[in-house]
Amino acid sequence: MEDLILNLFSILASTIRLATPLILAAMGGILAERSGTVDIGLEGKMLVGAFAAATVASLVQSPWLGLAAGMAVAVAMSLLHGVATIRYKGDHVVSGMALNFLASGLTLVLGQAWFEQGGQTPMLSNEQRFTPIFLPGADYLAANVPVLGPFYKTVLSGHTILVYLAFVIVAAMVFLLGQTRFGLRLRAVGEEPNAVDTAGISVPLLRYQALIGTGLLCGMAGAYYSMSQNAAFAREMTAGGGYIALAAMIFGKWRPVSAMLACLLFGLLTALEARLQGQSLPWVGEVPTQVFQVLPYVLTVILLAGFIGKAVPPKAVGRPYVKER
Amino acid sequence: MSEAASSLPAPVPKPKPITNKMPWWMNGLAIPGVQLLLALAVASLVVLGVGESPFATLKVMLVGALDPQAGLSSTLYYATSLIFTGLAVTVAFHAGLFNIGGEGQAYFAGLGVALACLWLDGTLNAPLMFLVAILSAVLFGAAWALVPAYLQARRGAHVVVTTIMFNYIAAGLLNYMLAGPIRSTEGMAIETRPIAEAALLPKAQPWLQAMGIEVGPSYLNLSLLVALICVGLVWWLLWFTRLGYALRTYGQNPRAAKYAGLSATSMIVIAMLISGALAGLMAVNDVYGAQGRLVLNYTGGMGFLGIAVALMGRNHPLGVLASALLFGALYQGSTDLQLEFPRISPELILVIQGLVVFFAAALDRLVRDPMERWYLRRQLKSVAH
Repeated sequence: MEDLILNLFSILASTIRLATPLILAAMGGILAERSGTVDIGLEGKMLVGAFAAATVASLVQSPWLGLAAGMAVAVAMSLLHGVATIRYKGDHVVSGMALNFLASGLTLVLGQAWFEQGGQTPMLSNEQRFTPIFLPGADYLAANVPVLGPFYKTVLSGHTILVYLAFVIVAAMVFLLGQTRFGLRLRAVGEEPNAVDTAGISVPLLRYQALIGTGLLCGMAGAYYSMSQNAAFAREMTAGGGYIALAAMIFGKWRPVSAMLACLLFGLLTALEARLQGQSLPWVGEVPTQVFQVLPYVLTVILLAGFIGKAVPPKAVGRPYVKER
Repeated sequence: MSEAASSLPAPVPKPKPITNKMPWWMNGLAIPGVQLLLALAVASLVVLGVGESPFATLKVMLVGALDPQAGLSSTLYYATSLIFTGLAVTVAFHAGLFNIGGEGQAYFAGLGVALACLWLDGTLNAPLMFLVAILSAVLFGAAWALVPAYLQARRGAHVVVTTIMFNYIAAGLLNYMLAGPIRSTEGMAIETRPIAEAALLPKAQPWLQAMGIEVGPSYLNLSLLVALICVGLVWWLLWFTRLGYALRTYGQNPRAAKYAGLSATSMIVIAMLISGALAGLMAVNDVYGAQGRLVLNYTGGMGFLGIAVALMGRNHPLGVLASALLFGALYQGSTDLQLEFPRISPELILVIQGLVVFFAAALDRLVRDPMERWYLRRQLKSVAH
């Protein structure tokens, strides 16, 4: 029994760790799409963010400067998407795809040329990366309080600052979108840009602002991969996380808390994949690991098919705003 | 409109009407050409940033890729795959659909070809096996596009999102199959057993040699002919058949198509089935024609590169053919690159791919608007004189 609980807690802890970059990227996706910009470039922004963060952190010995660099580069890429879709009214999906290709190519070409380690960046020492934070009294509580003590120690404590930040950001997103003037305008511009324009608010400016937010969050998600979960950038290290975040955003129906829960669900699937590899389950026998890999995508398709509620995107998403109509 | 026009006095006939419609060479050559140059210019900056000369790099890429003794036949081999995946994007595009699932459709078709070949390679001779491979590639490729098509048509699930998801689902499924059920029992590589020699067609090299043409060894095979036939078929389908007209009508204006009595469901499903089948044919080139076995991740991004090919080729079969050759050369060239410049990784092709899609499609108007204005000004001037 004791063992089972500890096992469960350690699965929950790795769920949280695995879900963190998805949560950050999904929040970025929500900002972009609620403002009317389709963003399938989450993956690319995370990838360049991870690369820039690990590169700068290894050069200047500071995780915070690394994080800042990752966020800055991701914002730059996000603004490129903005220029293509807002200024030049290009297709949102095409632009996002282009930037994803560019991100995979650039990180590999520059990484190989600069470090000559097959696309990897130099290993980061513990001073150069984000390390786990142990909350006060974790060991004491784990030793003296049954169940809740170990829960506190394993599940709540021992994550890096970015993990805690991700959950703070979800709360901030709820507040931003629901309670602030900016958030209401942002949502309006994704539904009825004409109305926003009539009210004398600049549609492009709002969309650019949202995309800057997307860049910041994706950069942070990328930095999490290369500086928190790992200690270097490796080729294609985001491994489709951007698309899972996109799926989570849709699964959460473009709402921050629901998207966070979807990310946690997808994180749990990945955690189980690692845990159940080669193990036989009662009734079903051995489950192939690939089942856990594809489940997020299968679930999202089922959701999109309308079998689990209905996912309705923001009304004006993907459509360029033409002022003179 | 017509009544108002008839009440006006007859207009003075003009020698050449001035419209803002661009001639074919503007849309087909000049504008894409400038966009390609822009993309290559930015890629050159990356090469400069790496510390190599862009001109030397491009020279190595093109010389290697176009030399008949060395890279040309490999260029054509890559171009074959790209024609299939590029045409796949093109057909869907004309029906107003963006199929970015070519990668998954081609991968799943690889499973179909492998299953058919491994099952029948003991009984069928090479020409029959070739036909069976084509058939199974078409069936499996189309099947993988069917669910996204149906969900788009009947459930309103956006085809872009579902095809992305299906790319990953195909990868998971194939990973599973190749990890166990159909994996070769010999060797460490994650692949199926080789298809029996007797069921395989010889590659192009011995055929060309017999005709007195010396080429370097490559994977080039008969699938190139299938690809060229597909170029012709897609052209014929889109512009010379009722179905093609219906698909293009639906793509341009779904509501008009509905009033004309076309069913949106069948338009979407037909377009996606053809698109998936074309993407699937890449498996004939690779799994049957080249490797003679199914290898893990055999598609290697060719499905995605097809998006760049189609967009650069302006979604016209001939444009797809031309840009498939261009990207085939760049792809082959990027593999040569590493021998001459070890500092440049072959993934430079991804940078070029991204930049081409960005400048030729996403940022289309950056180049198009000023060039169209320039053309119209020039035309107005010629009338004024």
